[in-house]
Amino acid sequence: MLAEVLRRLMATIPVMVVVAIAVFALLHVTPGDPAVIIAGDYATADDIARIRAKLGLDRPFLTQVGIWLSQVVRGDLGTSIFSGLPVSTLIKQRAEATVSLTILAMLISVGVGVPLGIVAAWKKGSWIDRLVMVVAVSGFSMPVFWLGFVLVYVFAISFAWLPVQGYQPLAAGLWPFLRHLILPAVTLSVIYMALVARMTRASMLGVLGEDYIRTAFAKGLPPGRVLVRHALKNASLPVVTIIGIGFALLIGGAVVTESVFALPGLGRLTVDAIVRRDYPVIQGVLLIVSGVYVLINLVIDMLYVVLDPRIRY
Amino acid sequence: MAIASRDLALDVATPRADRLARAGRALRRHPTLMAGAVALVVIVIAAVSAPLWWTGDPLQMRPIQRLRPPSAEAWFGTDHFGRDIYTRTIYGARISLTVGAAVSAISLVFGTTLGLVIGFYRRLDTVMMRVMDGVMAIPAILLALALMALMRASVRNVIIALVIPEIPRVTRVVRASVLSLREHLMVEGARALGVGTPRILVRYILPALVAPLLVQGTYICASAILVEAYLSFLGAGTPPVVPSWGNIMAEGRAYVQLAFWIILFPGIFLAATVLAINLVGDGLRDALDVR
Repeated sequence: MLAEVLRRLMATIPVMVVVAIAVFALLHVTPGDPAVIIAGDYATADDIARIRAKLGLDRPFLTQVGIWLSQVVRGDLGTSIFSGLPVSTLIKQRAEATVSLTILAMLISVGVGVPLGIVAAWKKGSWIDRLVMVVAVSGFSMPVFWLGFVLVYVFAISFAWLPVQGYQPLAAGLWPFLRHLILPAVTLSVIYMALVARMTRASMLGVLGEDYIRTAFAKGLPPGRVLVRHALKNASLPVVTIIGIGFALLIGGAVVTESVFALPGLGRLTVDAIVRRDYPVIQGVLLIVSGVYVLINLVIDMLYVVLDPRIRY
Repeated sequence: MAIASRDLALDVATPRADRLARAGRALRRHPTLMAGAVALVVIVIAAVSAPLWWTGDPLQMRPIQRLRPPSAEAWFGTDHFGRDIYTRTIYGARISLTVGAAVSAISLVFGTTLGLVIGFYRRLDTVMMRVMDGVMAIPAILLALALMALMRASVRNVIIALVIPEIPRVTRVVRASVLSLREHLMVEGARALGVGTPRILVRYILPALVAPLLVQGTYICASAILVEAYLSFLGAGTPPVVPSWGNIMAEGRAYVQLAFWIILFPGIFLAATVLAINLVGDGLRDALDVR
C-alpha cells in the first residue's frame, strides 16, 4: 500500500512539471512582448526595462524555464510586481478564506446532493425524481454570481438576516465566521450539488437493480437501511470520483463567488492580479491550485481501497 | 383530372402526417431533448431577429431615465446610463450564442484532430497525453482568466481563452475512442485491404465519433456561455462596450440594492439559455446512447 502511494505520488511529478512549464509558457505564447503587456498602457521605457530585468525576460527562453523550475522546487514562487511581497506569502494570507469557503460548500453539496440523488434513484420515474433532476440541471445552468446576488438580495438586503458581504476569520469566533460564510458557501454549493445529485442517482440506479438489494427489501429491512448500508456503499465510488473531479469546478466557482461577497481569498487575489497584470502572482496561484487539484485526486484514488476492499493495489 | 389532383394531394399529405407522427413519437420518447431544442430555437430566433422585438438601440444612453424600475416603456428597467435593459438583454443573446457556438466548434475541430493523430501515432501518445493532463489540471476558469490577462479584451480573444482549456478534454475523449476502435474488426479488415491510415481515420473512425462529439459539443457550448459571463463579470472578458450578459450584470453589481433588475433579467436569460442547451445535451446523450 505504502509503495503504491509512493508510486502514485511519483506519477504526479510529470503532470506537475507540465503544469509548471505551461503556467510559465503562457506568458510567452501569447502574442506581444510580455514585458510591455505587464507594464501596461501607461508605462515608460524605463518601467518596461525594469520589469524585463526583474522577471529575467531578457534571457533565453530555456534558461528562464530552468530558473523558474528550480525556484518552484525550492518553494520560491517569485515576488509580486505590485506589492513587492513574495507570492508564497500572499497565497498563505489568502488561503484561509478560499479553503473555508470550498470546504463548507463541499460539505453542503455532498450533504444535500447525495440524499437527493438517493431519493431520486429510489423513486425513479416519480415526480420526486423528475423534480430533483430538473433542479439539478437548473443548478448546473445558473451563473454562480447571479445566484449569489439573488441570495444577497433576498437574505441580506430584503430580510437583513445575514451580512451582504465581507469575511471574518475563524480566529474571530465560530459564529461570525459562519455568518459571513453561509451565503457564499450556499451559492457555491449549488452547481456542485447538482453534479453530486446526478452522479449519485446514476450510480444508485446501477446498484438498485441487483439481487441482493431485492433480498434486503424482501427480508423487510427498513428502506433507509437498505439504501444507505447496502446500496450507497456499493454506489459510492463514482460519487467520490465526481467529488474529486468537481473540485476544479468548485475552485473556478470560488473565484467568482469571492468576487460577489468580497471575500479576501485566492480568487480575489487572482482577479486583482489580473487587473494589475501582476503575472508572478497569477502564475503562483495557478500552480498551487493545480497542485492541490492533482493531490486531491490522488487521495481519492487511494480512498477507493478503503471504500471497496475488492480493489487492491 | 379531379381524381388525379386529389391523389396528388394525398401523396403530399401522407409524408407530412408521417413526419408529424414521427416527431410526436420522438417528443414522447425524449421530452427533455424536445423541450430544450424548442427553447433553444426560440432563443436563437430572438437573438437573430433582435431588432424586430420592440427593442431600441442597446447602446443608447438616456441620462434622465437612469435606474428606472421595470415599467411599460422599459420592460426590464434601465441601468445607470439610462440604457434599456430589455434591449440590451435581447442583444446580449447574440454575443453569448456566438461565443458558445464558436468555442464548441473550434475546440471540437482542434481536439478531434489532435485526438485522432495521437490515437493512431502511438509514439506521440505518452508525451502528448502528459501535456494534456497537465493543462487539464489547471481549472478552466483560472486558465482562461490568465490568458485574458495577457490579451486585449475582445470577443475573439475570449473565444481563444475559452477554447484552450477545452481542447485537451475533447482530445482525451477522441483518443480513448480511437484506441478502442482501432482494434475493431472493420478497421483491421480495412487495413488488410490496404486502406491507408488517413482514410481509415476519416472513413472508419470519425463517423463513430459523431455521436459522442455532438453531446460533448453541447456541454462545451453551455459551459462556454457561462464562463464568458464569469470572465466579463470579473472584468476580464468582452470589452465593457459590448452588451454581453456578463457585462450587463457586471455593471449592475454596484447597484444591487438600488436597481436589482439590471442583474436579475440578463441572469434569467443566461440561465434559461444554458439550461436549454444542457437539456439538449442530456437528451442527445440518451437518444444517441452515448456511454
